[in-house]
Amino acid sequence: MIPTILAVSLLIFVIFSVIPGSFTSSLIADGKGRNDPKVVEQMNKEFGLDKPVYQRFGSYVVNLVQLDLGQSFRTRQPVTHMLLERAWPTMKLAIAAMTIAILIGVPLGFVAALKPGSLLDAATMIAAVSGLSLPQFWLGLLAMYVFALTLGWLPSFGYGDGGIRNLILPAVTLSVAPLALLARTTRAAVLDVMSADFIRTARSKGMNAYRLVTWHLMRNALVLIITTVGLQFGSLMGQAVVIEKLFSWPGLGSLLVDSVSMRDIPVVQGAILMIVLWFLIINTVVDVLYAVIDPRISHG
Amino acid sequence: MSAPPLLEVRNLHIDMRSGQERLNVVENVSFSIGAGETFGLVGESGCGKSITALSLIGLLNRPLAVGQGEILFKGQNLLKMNGSELRRLRGNRISMIFQEPMTALNPLATVGRQIAEMFVLHQGSTWHEAERKAIAALAQVQVPAPDKRIKNYPHQMSGGMRQRVMIAIALACHPDLLIADEPTTALDVTVQAEILKLMQELCDQRGTSVLMISHDLGVIAKMCQRVGIMYAGHLVEERAVADLFRRPAHPYTHGLLASLPVLGQRKLNERKPLQEIEGIVPSIAAFPTGCRFEPRCTRASPICRDAVPGPSVLGDYSFVRCYHHG
Repeated sequence: MIPTILAVSLLIFVIFSVIPGSFTSSLIADGKGRNDPKVVEQMNKEFGLDKPVYQRFGSYVVNLVQLDLGQSFRTRQPVTHMLLERAWPTMKLAIAAMTIAILIGVPLGFVAALKPGSLLDAATMIAAVSGLSLPQFWLGLLAMYVFALTLGWLPSFGYGDGGIRNLILPAVTLSVAPLALLARTTRAAVLDVMSADFIRTARSKGMNAYRLVTWHLMRNALVLIITTVGLQFGSLMGQAVVIEKLFSWPGLGSLLVDSVSMRDIPVVQGAILMIVLWFLIINTVVDVLYAVIDPRISHG
Repeated sequence: MSAPPLLEVRNLHIDMRSGQERLNVVENVSFSIGAGETFGLVGESGCGKSITALSLIGLLNRPLAVGQGEILFKGQNLLKMNGSELRRLRGNRISMIFQEPMTALNPLATVGRQIAEMFVLHQGSTWHEAERKAIAALAQVQVPAPDKRIKNYPHQMSGGMRQRVMIAIALACHPDLLIADEPTTALDVTVQAEILKLMQELCDQRGTSVLMISHDLGVIAKMCQRVGIMYAGHLVEERAVADLFRRPAHPYTHGLLASLPVLGQRKLNERKPLQEIEGIVPSIAAFPTGCRFEPRCTRASPICRDAVPGPSVLGDYSFVRCYHHG
């Protein structure tokens, strides 16, 4: 875990030292001010940007060990404080989206697999492929146009009072891709388990379809489905960047985008660190779940 | 065999269907098994033994399906039964043991649970009673410490142990007929002998009939009273076991027996290579129209190519399908 965090931090430092522009240049350009070399030098000194990359990285790591992520260039607030404020809205969004994806995607895949080749199966899979290929920002705009502007059922953007009304549109938009993928994976997993020898054994015992599914099929398919859920949960954090920006959702994603365009390196570092941590936590949870479901893993 | 047979298969045809096409996989197979009798079905891989067995309990999967024929179990035609009637028979009156003990059990359920299911399904037991019965069932297949073993998962058991569990499942409800599809093929030779002995003892005690499918003539000789030889979807010979080994009638049976190695043979006689049947079983799409063994047969003549030979009766429940038998 620690090597992962260090590697990611180093990568960000290197990238930001290579790409053109810095916090100072973006400040001046925004303020339409003239590029006065003296001012630039003064500001660089203030933010420590005059030092070489390796020195800055060194002091960053030293601070990180003390759980100090530094101060934002932009707001002068401690980065930890800003991140904690933004983390909950993003988690809420990701959890809501994943819940929708699981509650709809998994049963859909199941039903499709139980009647392979049927009209329902074909319709589900066509919808799934469409869901995977449609761009999220376009879907988001469409949802905004239909449900907020035309029908006026839901607010089109913002966090509101943190209630569910503001959550619905961004969460549903974010859930489309993982939902589609889960439907497909579930279908594949169920078909895979269905062809297993122990399912033939179960049928030879005289089981009806309901017991076959609940006693023998579900648990085995679940092992395969959980892998996808875990991977998707992690990558939702990345996909949330687009959705948060689109719906002006005050989460980590929009914080990250704003900070990148301002070259506010401490905040970018911190936000990415959070996302990496999120990935690691999800992976651990998935590993624990594997062990709970599959005795071969807990005993081995 | 004077009483009416327990199972009677009449003119069974099994097809493989894809779109409009129908390929004939098993054709015109008839045999019967009496109460308490062990009937063997022998043949090379791909000759239709296993799908014949699966068709008996209605477990053929697409694209395979029974085309025509009758499967009479205690006088009732299984092919005319609906789903729930068949399910009441499956596992309860007719049960099955499969070749691969490694994959035939659910890896995520304890073996106790997998045995107990039988009592819940067919005897209306509660899970608690069923667990008690599962311990007894496991004890009967001579698994040591059955009260502890029922909590094991399949991966914690050896192949031989798992096959014992399969036998415990199959015999849980005291079925009338046990179908054993190559039950020992995947096991070590020493374990094979133990498993066969166990099956024989339990089935003898209970008067259970057995359909033993194998390509191992040694297993057949040890276990069966009567035997049918299958080749490329045809039942080419049916005999009492002793007659088959003493006086095989079909050229294919001759070939099978001749290709058995005899221990010490090469030391006593000159070093002759082991005999084999030339060629391979034709693919389903390329079955000959006449006798299906004709392309590999040493006795073949033009008549063999024209029509499938009818059965020549050799005695009670004994026949051979060959123009040149003997």
